[in-house]
Amino acid sequence: MEILNTIFSEATNKALVNVVYILASVLFIIGLKMLGSPETARKGNLVSAMGMLIAVVVTLLDQSIIDYKWIVVGLVLGSLVGVIAAMKVKMTAMPEMVAIFNGFGGIASLLVGSSEYLLSAQHNIGILIPIFLTVVIGGLTFTGSLIAYGKLSGTITGNPVIYKGQQWINGILMVALLFLGIEMIVLQGLLITVDWQILVAAVALSFLLGVLIVIPIGGADMPVVIALLNSYSGLAACAAGFVILNNVLIVAGALVGASGLILTNIMCKAMNRSLANVLFSGFGSVISVGSSSTEQGEVRPINVADAYLILEAASSVVIVPGYGMAVAQAQHAVRELGELLEENGSEVQYAIHPVAGRMPGHMNVLLAEANVSYDQLMEPDDINPTIETTDVCLVIGANDVVNPAAREDPQSPIYGMPIINVDKAKTTFVLKRSMAPGFAGIENPLFFKPNTRMLFGDAKDSITALVSEFKT
Amino acid sequence: MDAVLILLLFVLVLSIFLGVELISKVPSILHTPLMSGANAISGITIVGAILTSRAENIESELSFALGMVAVFFATVNVVGGYLVTNRMLGMFKKK
Repeated sequence: MEILNTIFSEATNKALVNVVYILASVLFIIGLKMLGSPETARKGNLVSAMGMLIAVVVTLLDQSIIDYKWIVVGLVLGSLVGVIAAMKVKMTAMPEMVAIFNGFGGIASLLVGSSEYLLSAQHNIGILIPIFLTVVIGGLTFTGSLIAYGKLSGTITGNPVIYKGQQWINGILMVALLFLGIEMIVLQGLLITVDWQILVAAVALSFLLGVLIVIPIGGADMPVVIALLNSYSGLAACAAGFVILNNVLIVAGALVGASGLILTNIMCKAMNRSLANVLFSGFGSVISVGSSSTEQGEVRPINVADAYLILEAASSVVIVPGYGMAVAQAQHAVRELGELLEENGSEVQYAIHPVAGRMPGHMNVLLAEANVSYDQLMEPDDINPTIETTDVCLVIGANDVVNPAAREDPQSPIYGMPIINVDKAKTTFVLKRSMAPGFAGIENPLFFKPNTRMLFGDAKDSITALVSEFKT
Repeated sequence: MDAVLILLLFVLVLSIFLGVELISKVPSILHTPLMSGANAISGITIVGAILTSRAENIESELSFALGMVAVFFATVNVVGGYLVTNRMLGMFKKK
């Protein structure tokens, strides 16, 4: 016992723990790297999970921990909820699932920061600043994610909530938070008093800010918000790392923060808009002015039987899914149609716009769930160069991402956004319930092009009808 | 103390650059699993949550209680995040 104590003196213990933290960080990095390719992604996720496991285990062995009872309770309950949620969730509910998990990460960091704040009046400024940042970022990540969850699951309206003076209120709130931060740092840093009221106020204001930041954002802009909240959950963990001076929190948090920011940037580029524009404009509420509604021609509807004849003769088909496919739950029917087309001798590809759906990669997940081979899932840049030679484009529940106004109409609010050029294909079928405009509230000239045929009705019903035409 | 802080800031800056390099090459078909996998990693705050049951924290009941609630939320984040990512990636198949 005596020997053990000398070998595992506190200093060696600390060093050992930190070496394991470095190892965990390396596993996170390798894991993230492996997540970058479909062949290795699943293993990469496991590698990253291993990193997490060893980090948790070595932390539990920390000799300064004296009460394990409640830790075990938290770990068991949390695992239970996590396992059930992860196993039960439907793939169509993935966006809100990702949103809520982001929120949980945020609130956990907020609680860690608060716990450390209340612990001691002896904190110096180097700790107080990260405590404040942890609370603010964690807090707004939490409520922002809850609102995103509500919008995505349909519990609250997916439309942007806009009111007069919105920016002003958000601005005032941020200034108030800044003052609170200064007060917290001055009070405790100089006067050495813990003021829990300041903490409560900071938590309340950041909760409010999270709500106010996300409510004005419309459903079609959700991919940006989800990616941004993802980044924030990482940054909150990173700030918590500075609170407890822990290297693995900082490395892991920064990796997540950076990856979320890159995704956010990719999403913004895919819409040709700045992050500020997404966050503050309340896109979709503004009715577009001066869009060239004069030159719209005639809408040409088509029925299933005629659509079948054209598809049957097509040698190449590109399927363009959008959020409507998710709403109609049509992904399995789409896959079946795709397979029938292939059996019939057509080359079938899926063209997926980065912002199609409600989160980054939404359509890919749904189609993968429906068993579509991932090498058929293409990005716009892979499809557009050869789209002129494509016989049929099948647009299923997508609207703004195939709107040629983005290319042709400088007055259009989405002008400059990279789109899938389905209007250049030989024939394009648009599956749509009615002529209502897309989420952004913009008219789509695609519907009036001479080579466009509208197949009206529920996407799933239409596809199923096409499938049965092929089978008979 | 300050030396530690500088070192950690150094670690932070390098990690951000590393993160940018790692992620910028991810194909868009993997954006969702990447996001949920990264989200599971952000549950690393669980380490901080566990450490709130150190001797000095336990003396403050409130501080300890907040820490234990944090353990719960971070665990949901970690366990749920990794599992759901694994489930999703299991569906990405090539024929």
